Amino acid sequence: MKIIVCVKQVPDAKDVRLDPKTNTLSRDGVESIMNPFDRHALEAAVVLKEQYGGTVTAITMGPPQAEEVLRDAVSCGADDGVLVSDRAFAGADTWATTYTLAKAVEKLGEFDLIICGKQAIDGDTAQVGPGLAQRLDIPYVAYARKINECVDGTIRLERLMDDGYDEIEMEMPALLTVVKEINEPRVPSLKGKMKAKKMQATVLSAADIGAAPESLGLQGSTTQVVKVFSPQFSAEKCMLTGTVDELVDQLLDKLEELL
Amino acid sequence: MLKIDVDVCIGCGICESTCTFGAIQVEDGVAVVGESCTLCGNCVDACEVGALSIDKVEKKVAADLNDWSGVWVYSEFRDGRVAPVAFELLGAGRKLADQLDVPLSAVLLGSELGDNAENLIAYGADKVYRVDDPALTHFTDDAYANVFEDLVREHKPEIVLAGATAIGRSFIPRLATMLATGLTADCTDLAIRPEDGALLQTRPAFGGNIMATIECPTTRPQMATVRPLVMKPNSRDKSRRGEVVDFTPDPARLKSRVKVLRSVREESEEININEADVLVAGGRGLESEKGFEMVRELAGLLGGATAASRAAVDSGWIPYPHQVGQTGKTVCPKVYIACGISGAVQHMVGMQSSDTIIVLNRDENAPIFDVATYGIVGDVFEILPKLISRLKERRSGEV
Amino acid sequence: MNYFLSEEQQMIVDVAGQITTEKIIPQRAELDEKEEFPTEILQDIAKADLFGLYIPEEYGGFGGGSFDMALALEQFARGCVGIATSFAASALGAYPILISGSEELKQKYMPVIASGEKWAAFGLTEANAGSDASGIQTTAVLEGDEWVLNGTKQWITNAGDAKIYSVIAITDRSKGPRGASMFVVEDGDPGFSYGVKEKKLGIRASSTRELIFKDCRIPKDRLIGRQGTGFFTVMRTLDLSRPGIASLGVGLGQGALDEAVLYAKQRVQFGKPVISFQAVQHILADMAIQLEAARALVYATARHIDSGAKDISKVSSMCKVMATDMAMKVTTDAVQVLAGHGYMREYPVEKMMRDAKILQIYEGTNQIQRNVIGQALNKEYSRS
Repeated sequence: MKIIVCVKQVPDAKDVRLDPKTNTLSRDGVESIMNPFDRHALEAAVVLKEQYGGTVTAITMGPPQAEEVLRDAVSCGADDGVLVSDRAFAGADTWATTYTLAKAVEKLGEFDLIICGKQAIDGDTAQVGPGLAQRLDIPYVAYARKINECVDGTIRLERLMDDGYDEIEMEMPALLTVVKEINEPRVPSLKGKMKAKKMQATVLSAADIGAAPESLGLQGSTTQVVKVFSPQFSAEKCMLTGTVDELVDQLLDKLEELL
Repeated sequence: MLKIDVDVCIGCGICESTCTFGAIQVEDGVAVVGESCTLCGNCVDACEVGALSIDKVEKKVAADLNDWSGVWVYSEFRDGRVAPVAFELLGAGRKLADQLDVPLSAVLLGSELGDNAENLIAYGADKVYRVDDPALTHFTDDAYANVFEDLVREHKPEIVLAGATAIGRSFIPRLATMLATGLTADCTDLAIRPEDGALLQTRPAFGGNIMATIECPTTRPQMATVRPLVMKPNSRDKSRRGEVVDFTPDPARLKSRVKVLRSVREESEEININEADVLVAGGRGLESEKGFEMVRELAGLLGGATAASRAAVDSGWIPYPHQVGQTGKTVCPKVYIACGISGAVQHMVGMQSSDTIIVLNRDENAPIFDVATYGIVGDVFEILPKLISRLKERRSGEV
Repeated sequence: MNYFLSEEQQMIVDVAGQITTEKIIPQRAELDEKEEFPTEILQDIAKADLFGLYIPEEYGGFGGGSFDMALALEQFARGCVGIATSFAASALGAYPILISGSEELKQKYMPVIASGEKWAAFGLTEANAGSDASGIQTTAVLEGDEWVLNGTKQWITNAGDAKIYSVIAITDRSKGPRGASMFVVEDGDPGFSYGVKEKKLGIRASSTRELIFKDCRIPKDRLIGRQGTGFFTVMRTLDLSRPGIASLGVGLGQGALDEAVLYAKQRVQFGKPVISFQAVQHILADMAIQLEAARALVYATARHIDSGAKDISKVSSMCKVMATDMAMKVTTDAVQVLAGHGYMREYPVEKMMRDAKILQIYEGTNQIQRNVIGQALNKEYSRS
């Protein structure tokens, strides 16, 4: 099986803090990590490779330092990595991103499956997976929670719904986005880390993928940021005071009124 | 592109401190822009010497925007009923449609739809585009997106809203790609810009640490998804009148490359936290699974459900379905009692619209007090046990 | 502090550290509570290629030495000494084969141990042979093409979960120190069974059982090395494994120090975090000093061993004594810093203190270690 995994390097969102005085993101000591959902996607791909044989290629669109996530991917079982990088890609929204990724995937030749994480923790839109499938004109399932089998060019899996799950069957080539429930991602292996150290990622520029400039980056985006601000929270903020007993009584009185 | 006039730039660094994305820095006395720039323009406004400007590249406008008119809401139908989020979106959509002075329409896809179309009208729709076909019984991305695309191309709505549910998040991005238009996910606010009637879509980014307002300037329709419980539905008005338009799709468009073999409903043991009137939530301040038990007990006594911050879920004290926040659920109960939760922005965006928020935390500077209706600065290990025992006393006294 | 690790050594620290953070720490309390063997975690360690860390490349291992093992063990012990011991004990069981075994034996057993497919264990201790290893009474008699073993080994780590056992038995009592030999016994060999699982003060996730040999018959080729070299192999094995135990002490000390400092920073009494008080600062300072000193000695010893030095007994014993005595003190101090909370099972330090004790006892008690060091000093200074 030839499997492609889309990965993204993101700042560890839980550590990104907003400085309330300057209204800026403090990125001090914030690590860049592989998007956690992508680790699940990679694990799913590597498990399939171990089961059915084949190769796993990790692909990422990002600045030059995004090569680190490709190395992380190889250290956890991917066979090689492709970095799609060009200044022209900067500022891309999901529309421009899916265009760029689709052009890059076309360069990689035939494949059986593309696996993505359900969303990236910085953008949180969960749009790239479905959009990419549409561009490539392949069927897809979002929110895969279990892969049952891949036989005779067909994949059988379970899709997470809000109230349970659906059992799905579709023909490959196809795309999946996965949720955390699907597996426990493995930790890198020593051999994997050494392979990652030696690895040379294939780097594709805009020209390499034959991308039309007007479709790239900020220019190729259909959405645009109008403004950015810190979240405003406002509330009455009525502070209760007193001894523990008094506080408890006041609180219970209020609850009685409300419920 | 952000243009920096190096002759005018004095290297003062105001742009660097204003940039929310860390995209511009002063190097060797002049400002230099990096790859994270989103052209939001904050630095342009902040620069006191006017050294910064943004070249608005004239984009080819994809369509005559005036041809597109109307606000549409996708009314998710599953398991014999319309999802509650659809009514919430009709509430939000109604406001937008009234501001633009255009009709509000609902799109209803499924099979055996009964009188659900009429119900959508009662909740605010002027028109319902109804597609009732056995091929749509089970949700499949391609059939649903195909049919929706055909409807959009025929009727040209300027705005399409959908709920950010498992179904919505699955096929709406595909639909947006098919229509070559922009989509903003998980919006917390929707508004119309008076000057040109454009839809302003506000959503959290970086786990909720910042809010971004986004527009879709050159393509139509402008598409947005909204999480359940963020918007409020209007009340049901039986007297409302509207039009139901039945649409028969081309059979070729109903074919799906994805086969649903079966749909399994899973009952969860506890009340869905989205449906509880009272939520008692615990965070890191409870310190352990045992501490967390107090939260559960209080929730039980108040007839509500237990919720948690991500810290509590990650510590293994309570499973993920109870998590409230950016990566968990958005809730909006009558009463939300936050115990030992500091109030990371990622958590607050998930519960800030609750009717009454009661905060219990020992740190008076905890950010969560910013959203509190009532706040208590104190030790959860003193207050919660007292609260529980007093509540039991009062109850037994009443009987 | 910069420990001057090579790139590969840093990779070992990163991989082992990630396993500790993501897999060991979240499960340690439960495994300790339930006295459950950490099968899944050992499988994760195997998948990360760490089981073969010390095994030569030609047998499918990484070809690393003492220092590489020390780095991995330190990371695992930071999480849980019970789990780290299960990993370390497999190496202990493999060392005899590596040190003295024939090429055939190495080809047979090293690859499956390196891949983590099967775990190993070391069978020396008996009811009458603890510190006095020469008191062993298990016998092995050659009958035709088979060795027949009789006797009981006591308190064997990984017993019951391991599949490969390096066992020492008396082959000729008249020959005294040259009268014992080592053998490989496999799970399933006829006449070989396990005793009941022991209940312990600490390292409760680790399996400790008796090995029972009742006319246990094994093929002739299971002899490790030449007949009569048993005690030599045992001594050589323990020389190599002691820095590993010392590393467990260092890792445990680090884990305890981390918990103590973090707690002291956030526990408020008298209006201030308790770390502001000199009394607490001094305890933490002494913990940190001893931890770093122990680490330095362990690293130096490991590097010395890896350089191919012949005489390693003294330094090997020294680092074991120092690091394990340090771990006992540091974990006890950690409980003290956490005070009431430290005594509660909800906090990890009481387990750390319970786990520390065994480090001063197994693989040669610290009293025996001091004998070794004393005798070595005597010999050293006699040369002039």
